[in-house]
Amino acid sequence: MTSAPKIEFRNLRKTFGEGASLFTAIDNLDLQIRDGEIVTVVGPSGCGKSTAMNIVAGLTDVSSGECRVDGKLVNGPGPERGVIFQQYALFPWLTVRENVEFGLRIQGVGKKDRETRALHYLDLVGLKAFADAYPKTLSGGMKQRCAIARAYAVNPSVLLMDEPFGALDALTRVKLQNQLLDTWSRDKRTVMFITHDVDEAVYIAHRVIVLAANPGRLQEIIEVDLPFPRNDEVRLSPEFITLRNKVWRAVYHRDDQAA
Amino acid sequence: MTAVSGTTATTWKRKLGKSSPLIYGTISFILGIGLWWWATKSGMSELPSPFAVLQRFAELALSGQLFADMYASLRRVLIGFALGSILAVPVGFLMGWYPIARGFIDPWIQFFRVIPPLAIIPLAIVTLGIDEKPKIFVIFLAAFLSSVVSTYQGVVSVDKTYINAARVLGAKDGVIFTRVVIPASTPFILVGFRIGLGSAWATVVAAELIAAQSGLGFRMQQAQLYYELPTIFVSLIAIGILGLVMDRIVVWAEDRLTHWQERV
Repeated sequence: MTSAPKIEFRNLRKTFGEGASLFTAIDNLDLQIRDGEIVTVVGPSGCGKSTAMNIVAGLTDVSSGECRVDGKLVNGPGPERGVIFQQYALFPWLTVRENVEFGLRIQGVGKKDRETRALHYLDLVGLKAFADAYPKTLSGGMKQRCAIARAYAVNPSVLLMDEPFGALDALTRVKLQNQLLDTWSRDKRTVMFITHDVDEAVYIAHRVIVLAANPGRLQEIIEVDLPFPRNDEVRLSPEFITLRNKVWRAVYHRDDQAA
Repeated sequence: MTAVSGTTATTWKRKLGKSSPLIYGTISFILGIGLWWWATKSGMSELPSPFAVLQRFAELALSGQLFADMYASLRRVLIGFALGSILAVPVGFLMGWYPIARGFIDPWIQFFRVIPPLAIIPLAIVTLGIDEKPKIFVIFLAAFLSSVVSTYQGVVSVDKTYINAARVLGAKDGVIFTRVVIPASTPFILVGFRIGLGSAWATVVAAELIAAQSGLGFRMQQAQLYYELPTIFVSLIAIGILGLVMDRIVVWAEDRLTHWQERV
């Protein structure tokens, strides 16, 4: 890769608390994510994967070292970095369309334009018919699709996803994974995707970043050289199985069994 | 044929099922009044009969006295409650949003909260005079204290995820406050209003019993002097009905404003 990295962690360290209760969430993390790449981050709990994402999002500050997006030091959140949370985080007092319009309204987009764009993104995730519904009437999968539309609406150049499909049933999860890949194939947006599901990590990624816990640090980076478009054929191929086993061993530190 | 009658029966059953609380309520009410009538008729109780109360009710209503009393009491409650909640909402927000404000204000609120508002009356009369001011002040205090606590609770319990979600969409503090914190804490504020209105209503009646020249509480106080039991009954019933109506209005507003809530 000759181009500059989209996201870069340099010697990054993040600790919480102090004195006896000092906890090192991330220790000495060096990592580069390329523009247009889908990177998944897996690791046991306590490996700092969510913390790393929150740092890129600008929701958490660093203790030392630096985090850059497009070469610029991250300083607070910004609409060029879209975030999708595991708990959907839809505003329950707004309708589905108003949720999608939220970011556009902040940018000062006019009412008409806002509505057109919101409906466009809702159409993309198949929720146009529910534009005027309140989130309480939606299923988990629909809520997350709405949250994805809300993130897309402000046209971020990076998507940060924190176990976005973790609370969904297996079938819905696969559907949303395919939808994500489908959208990516059109816009080639950089994606940093946190998950605890090894299959998911391999299926959608160009590279899988495996973190180790206590303190959170880089364990291994696994290249996923599976062809695009990814589909059931890929998911059931022996190459996929080999890769998922490799990631599995890396996550659970079973290097001794590596062939 | 059977199918048709079957459907009719189900419809009837459903209708009955839907309105049955109302039917049971009405029956219960009629039975209760019947029991009251029977108790006074048989000489078991010295209380006035329902008819005597009804008659007095008509007299007081026709003379306009009842409405004048209701107006006097309601006016105090509404002014005191309005002032109290108008101040409570910004103070509650301030306390929830800025830890420093919380540190400064909270001890005072916690202290005054444990003093029954009525206990302030002697002080209020001495310092504010005997006209409307001490009563309105005491009601203001009652409404303020209950609303401020729930507003503050509402702000501090706003889910952090909503705030983060707004921030990553580009929202700054001002927008987060108006478009996230306020709507998210509305359910809490309305609960505070409901409690505040209830305690304001309880306080006005008691305040009028102690010191007033008008109002439903004052009327009862006067009736007590002349042993006019029917008037006391009329006042009590009026207090109950007005309290119920005000409570229903807040509940109605709550349903309208927080229909988006997921109710368990």
